[in-house]
Amino acid sequence: MISRRNFCKKSLLVAGGLAILLSALELFDPRRLEAEKGDGKKVRWVFLVDTHKCVGCGFCVKACKIENEVPYDANVTRTWVERYVVTKDGKTHIDSPKGARDGFEDTRIDIGEGKFQEIKNEEISKAFFVPKLCNQCDNPPCVQVCPVGATYQTADGVVLVDRKWCIGCGYCVMGCPYGVRFFHPVYHVAEKCNFCYHRISQGMQTACVDACPFGARKVGNIRDPQDPVTKVITTDRVNVLKEEYGTTPQVFYLGLTKEVK
Amino acid sequence: MKSHVWRPLYVVLLVVGTVLLVRKVLVPADFGIGSRGYMYGWHRPSNEAEWQKVTVKYRTAEYCKDCHADKYQEIKQSPHAAISCENCHGPALKHPDDPRSLTIDRSRELCARCHFRLEYPTSGRGKIRGIDPKTHNPGLECVTCHWPHDPRKQGHTKKSAAASGLPGRPASIGHKGGGHDIA
Repeated sequence: MISRRNFCKKSLLVAGGLAILLSALELFDPRRLEAEKGDGKKVRWVFLVDTHKCVGCGFCVKACKIENEVPYDANVTRTWVERYVVTKDGKTHIDSPKGARDGFEDTRIDIGEGKFQEIKNEEISKAFFVPKLCNQCDNPPCVQVCPVGATYQTADGVVLVDRKWCIGCGYCVMGCPYGVRFFHPVYHVAEKCNFCYHRISQGMQTACVDACPFGARKVGNIRDPQDPVTKVITTDRVNVLKEEYGTTPQVFYLGLTKEVK
Repeated sequence: MKSHVWRPLYVVLLVVGTVLLVRKVLVPADFGIGSRGYMYGWHRPSNEAEWQKVTVKYRTAEYCKDCHADKYQEIKQSPHAAISCENCHGPALKHPDDPRSLTIDRSRELCARCHFRLEYPTSGRGKIRGIDPKTHNPGLECVTCHWPHDPRKQGHTKKSAAASGLPGRPASIGHKGGGHDIA
């Protein structure tokens, strides 16, 4: 015969036992934990941009257009450089004529429609250049919105476009918060930076990295702890663009300020 | 049951069959959802190899240095060391088989990409020696006075400079001495 005290004790024990999830009783295996954290992959391409070093020469844009057969005179480009001039009255002036394909050889800011704005040197409080390219996001919105599965992410993190499969609906062009996508003027399909996939997959650097005389651009493998890019990203104060969109971008910037969008 | 009841069913079956057949023909065998699931995974894996097959056009200075060791060594020991050969000489894709394929850019605009003076105190650009192309010997190629492989040396086309009635770069004006508008 069970006593009242015993009954209460045992029923509490059973209720408590039920409350513990089965998975909580599982013993931690450090190796499995490490593997799941890094999903076991050896390569994840990332990019590092040092805005302190960029001088806006535009050699990266030129090299990218030629390397990736983006028509040279069409006003579209996979990568571009933006100039930010912040004046002492607190205004920010941004331009990127032709994506900075020919660099910045004018002190005036290109405000579009053939108009230029003169800014005096003594009015400038800070001025700098920011190269932009595809962020190869971990949660790529462009991939999510593609209705036909023409754009996808490779195992090493690069987002590619299947030119045979793309129907040119433009959802991805609208979906990218960074504005890196456009229509290829020749193939009439979505086009974007792919970290020069043909170069990095054979151990080369991207064309823009090779063209940059200032070391402002670097491509690296975040899964390799010895990679110099990984060392900077893990130890230095880097930032990403538009983190609030939840896209987990993989292009890291040194020297970003709030003016950069 | 009468045939007019079954007839629509046959039509539906025929349509379904046709769609499946067309799908089988049009959709590549490897098209599927891949490892990233329904939200991100749909793609044709063989497309990766297609992108990897794109031709490399910029072959980097490593490709140049064996035949042009002198030029390579010269620029590597100069303040221009970090500038890749192909930035000015054009992509080496068809070089040396087709000598005309190199697009050597000697324009003032090329040099002005870095050396157009912009007074930007917070950017590396502000630290580069620069000129205003409108006032700094307009109409002359930079290489007339400045040797691009080593800007500390004099220009390499003294003859053409003499022909155009302009003196070559005076030896007394070093790069660091600077002209009046070299910042």
